[in-house]
Formats: sequence, structure tokens, C-alpha cells
Amino acid sequence: MTRAQRRLLNRILYYLLMAVIVFYTVFPFYWAIVSSLKPPAEMFRVDFLPALRFENYVAVFREQPFARNILNSVIVAVSTVAVSLALAVAASYALGRIQFTGRSVLLFTILGVSMFPQIAVLSGMFELVRALGLYNNLLALTLSYMIFTLPFTVWVLTTFMRELPRELEEAAVVDGAKPFTIVTKVFMPLMWPALATTGLLAFIAAWNEFLFALTFTLSTEMRTVPVAIALISGASTYELPWGNIMAASVIVTVPLIVLVLIFQRRIVSGLTAGAVKG
Amino acid sequence: MASIRMTNVHKSFGAVHIIKGVSLDIRPNEFVVFVGPSGCGKSTLLRLVAGLEDISSGELRIGDKVVNDLPPSERGISMVFQSYALYPHMTVYENMAFGLKLARTDAGEADRRVREAARILQLDQLLERKPKQLSGGQRQRVAIGRAIVRNPKVFLFDEPLSNLDAALRVQMRIEIAKLHHSLDATMIYVTHDQVEAMTLADRIVVLEAGLVRQFGSPIDLYQHPDNQFVAGFIGSPKMNFLPCEVVHGGNEGAVVRLPSGDAISTTCRTNGGAAGAEYIVGIRPEHLRAGGSGEGRLSGKVVTKEQLGAESWIYIDVGMPELLVVKAAADAEAQPDQPISVGVPAAACYLFDKEGRACPRQPYS
Repeated sequence: MTRAQRRLLNRILYYLLMAVIVFYTVFPFYWAIVSSLKPPAEMFRVDFLPALRFENYVAVFREQPFARNILNSVIVAVSTVAVSLALAVAASYALGRIQFTGRSVLLFTILGVSMFPQIAVLSGMFELVRALGLYNNLLALTLSYMIFTLPFTVWVLTTFMRELPRELEEAAVVDGAKPFTIVTKVFMPLMWPALATTGLLAFIAAWNEFLFALTFTLSTEMRTVPVAIALISGASTYELPWGNIMAASVIVTVPLIVLVLIFQRRIVSGLTAGAVKG
Repeated sequence: MASIRMTNVHKSFGAVHIIKGVSLDIRPNEFVVFVGPSGCGKSTLLRLVAGLEDISSGELRIGDKVVNDLPPSERGISMVFQSYALYPHMTVYENMAFGLKLARTDAGEADRRVREAARILQLDQLLERKPKQLSGGQRQRVAIGRAIVRNPKVFLFDEPLSNLDAALRVQMRIEIAKLHHSLDATMIYVTHDQVEAMTLADRIVVLEAGLVRQFGSPIDLYQHPDNQFVAGFIGSPKMNFLPCEVVHGGNEGAVVRLPSGDAISTTCRTNGGAAGAEYIVGIRPEHLRAGGSGEGRLSGKVVTKEQLGAESWIYIDVGMPELLVVKAAADAEAQPDQPISVGVPAAACYLFDKEGRACPRQPYS
């Protein structure tokens, strides 16, 4: 085989692999879109082109308070991201910039929190939520979601904060800045990539969370999207309205895709920040 | 413009003792350079003055005020950092105005001061740029501008030129010297480069291992170093040190003998060292005369010659552990392995006792 032939073969194999990966990741979502656009009667006919019938979408909003569910999800996810980032920025300044005893113990404790399986903390969380009077309240979700959002936001931001040059902070100190000013006026503007990345990951995690949302809410009006979709039921116990479920899934996936596309570049630079010296 | 007085200042980081009792009196409006090898504590000492580190014990006064416990912003100091430490997300104007804004300076007054500093530093055209759009020299000027607008009593420079290339460094050195003349402020400047120290300073503090080895004017340090460390640190190329034995001491100029048997007369007093005592004789490369005359004479073999264009440095093996360096004319004849003799003027010799203390000597002219 000549050099040129080998290069051609490599290229073909490369694109073949790419095609497999793209198919593997995108096809299920494509199938959901196609299914959501089919009338219920044709649901199980194999059809690769969508029929463009929007009955399922209308039904999702008609048969349950789905708009309210979406709003709930937005409220919970946004508040989780906002509170997590605010706490994580403050924590990362302390953990990344200030020397104190027990710092690494504290860091690993925070990491340890994220290692408990959700189901293990569920009953304890439930008691806590009840004791705080937050049962069937969105605040319960915001509170409990921070169990899994805070560890990684704190860790990523601490790593990022540590990489910021010390002289920059000292220059601000000489300029008369207090820690709050240093964090908000000097560090935060430099941390946007990290904030966007961790914020988005926290948003996705909160948006998709199911177990806590199922356990801590009761009424249909308080449900978030994943729970609402899981509990969509048909006219009888024996019917699963796949069309509605698919339509609902597509509706809630779109915001995530839009967010990821918007922050795409930030995410990449945020995830690799600190890996190499810039 | 303020004096700075340090009294027995110590600094430890945990068990590591960095500054071991420094007492200095810096006069108002003086340009003082802290110089020393890396790890000598010069940067730490500057950071103690800035207030970026706490003083472990001792007293620091700026003007009449003890400032040990004051935060940096209340000490009346400004600092220029080695990496410039400009705020990357702010424009040049915002960088310079940041401190004034925090101090709640009147907006009109702040604007006037920033524009004045920009004018002095020729940054007028660059006020709307971000730091990453500037060259190294321009960034350096912004960092200085940020220091100027605060109207400090004391300027602190932490190796400000070490990130610049050689040509720019010379240019910025001159600008800093000019700045010192035009501003009424005390300046402390840290560097490991003895050329910067010699050219900029009114007085130089030579530090070694957390102790002041000598505090004096550049020419004083060059002509009358207190000890072997200062003698070796100031001057380039470095002073030659040769072990020797006193032939006869006295007040009018000791005569010493090298292990090779060559006798060298000096104009130094031996501080009571009698005949037979072991001393060290120091001779600067620029005072030795390749193939020339002098009261003393050393002979050896040329090892190599470094051509610098305006001059050349000849490395000579005189049978000592270290090579003898001689500064000579650019066209000096010196082939490797060629035997060579070097004239040693008596008045050019420095003499140090076994502990490295300098013997009193007549200056060489």
C-alpha cells in the first residue's frame, strides 16, 4: 500500500467511526422527534420521515399543566444555578486563595458529599424537607439539588481560582480592594468561562433530576418536567401515550440544546482551563 | 515623600526564618535598591514594606507613623509588580482609575490624575485599549501609571524590568530614573541585576540570607565593599578571588603571596593579621592588565577568550581552582594555551580575612 492509499484508508475509517458515533448519539433523539410528530394510530409503524402532525404537542399541554411544569423546572434549575454559583464563588475564594488548616480536608469532604448515591440520602433528605416545612414546595428541590451541584461547582471554581495570578490579587489589595471587591470586580470577570461551564452543568443536572423531584412533590402543579413526563398516562392503565411522552421530551430537550450551543465555546475553554498553563 | 525606618525587622514563614533582623534608614525622596541573589529575602522585605506580608517582629515606620498593622492601602504606598498584574478585563484607563474609584476619589479629580499620568507616560493614545493589546513596555508603563495616580509617598518596584527584553530594559531603566527625578517620592526597587542596582540607586542594600551585608552608595559598594560577598556581587564580570598568605602586614600596604609563589603588594591594611595568616586577595577583572605592567604579576595559560566587541574577557588558568578573568581590549592577543602574564596594580587589590571581612584600602583610580 502506498502512503497516499494508507492516508485515504485512515480517512475513510475516521469518517466511518464518526458516523457511528453521531448515529449512536443523535438517532434516539431523532426517533423521538419523528415519533412525536406522528398521530397515535401510526405510532408503531417504522417511518423515518416525520408526518408533521402536531396533535401530540397540543395534547401534552391540554391534558396536564405542562406549561406550569416547565415553569417549575425553569424556576428550580435557575435558582439552583444561581445559589450554587454564588456559594461556590465565595467558597472557592476561601479554598483557593486563603491558607488555613483543614483546607484540603474540607475540600475532600465536599467532594465526598457527591459520592453518596441519591437513594442513600433520600430518606434523610425527606425528613429534613418535612422538618423545614418544604414538602411539595419548589424550594425543597433547590435545596436538595445543591447536594450534587455544589461539590463540582466548588471544585471546578477552586481549581480555576487557584490558577489566577497571586500578583493580581495583591495589586487589588494595594489599590485598596476588600475581599468582596476582589472577588466581584477582579476575579469574577476573569472566571466567566468557568462560571458558564459549571453553571450550565448544574442547570442540566437540575433540569434532568427525577428522584428528588418525584419524592418531594405531591401535586401536579408542583411537578417538574421529568416527573411530569414520567407520570403522563393515557386513557386507560393499559395505554402508554408514547406520542405525548415523545412530544414532551422534545419540548424539554430543546432549551438544553440551545443553551449548550450558546455556551459551547465557553464550555470547552472552561473545561480545559487550568489543565495547561495559558 | 517619606522616610522609611526599619528597626530589627524579622519575618518567618512557619519555621523558616527569611528576614533575620533588618534595620534600615531610608531618607525621604531617596532611590534605594534591594539587591541580592535569589532567595536572599529582598522581595520579602519589599512585601513587608508594602504590607502584603505581616512583620513577625520589629518595627516599620513610614514617615512618622508605625505601619506594622496598617493594610497596604493605608500605608501611602504604590507597588509595581514583576508580572505587571494589570486587570485583564479593564481598559488602560480603568486599570489606572480602579484604585481611585475604590478610594471614592471625586470623579473629576480622578479623571484629571489618570490623564496626567497617561501624559507623563505617553499612554494618551492607549487609554481605551485592553492590556492584552499592549506590548511589554506599554504594559509596564500602565503598571507604573496605576502606581502614580494614587499619589503615593513611597513607590515599591518588585523586579519590574525582568520580563522585558534587553533593549527595552535599558530604555525603561532610564524612564524610571527620569520618573524619580520628576516625582517627589521615595522609591524602593528590588532587583537581582546588579547593573540595574548600580545605575538607578542613590543607595544600595545588598542582602544575603535575610541579612543586610552592606548599605551604601553604588560607588561606595564598588570601591569599599564591607565584605567578600558584596565585593563579589557588585561588578561584572565578578571579582577574582585568590587565596593568599600574608608576607608582611602593617598600615602602609600589606604584601601577600599566592600559592604559586607570586608575591603581590597591595594598599590594604591587614587588620592585625600577622605574617603567615591566610587571607583572600580580590582583584577586579577591569583592573588587571593582560600582558601589561603592575606592581605584581601573575602568569598562567589562556583558556579561552570571550569577544564582546568593545572589549574582551580573557579566562586564564593560574593554577587555582577558579579561572582568572581579565578584561582586555577587543583586539587583545590571546590564543588558547598561550602563556600569558598579567600585571596587578597594587592599588587595585582588595584584601579579605578568613571570615570574609574587608581590610581597609585606598580607593583605586
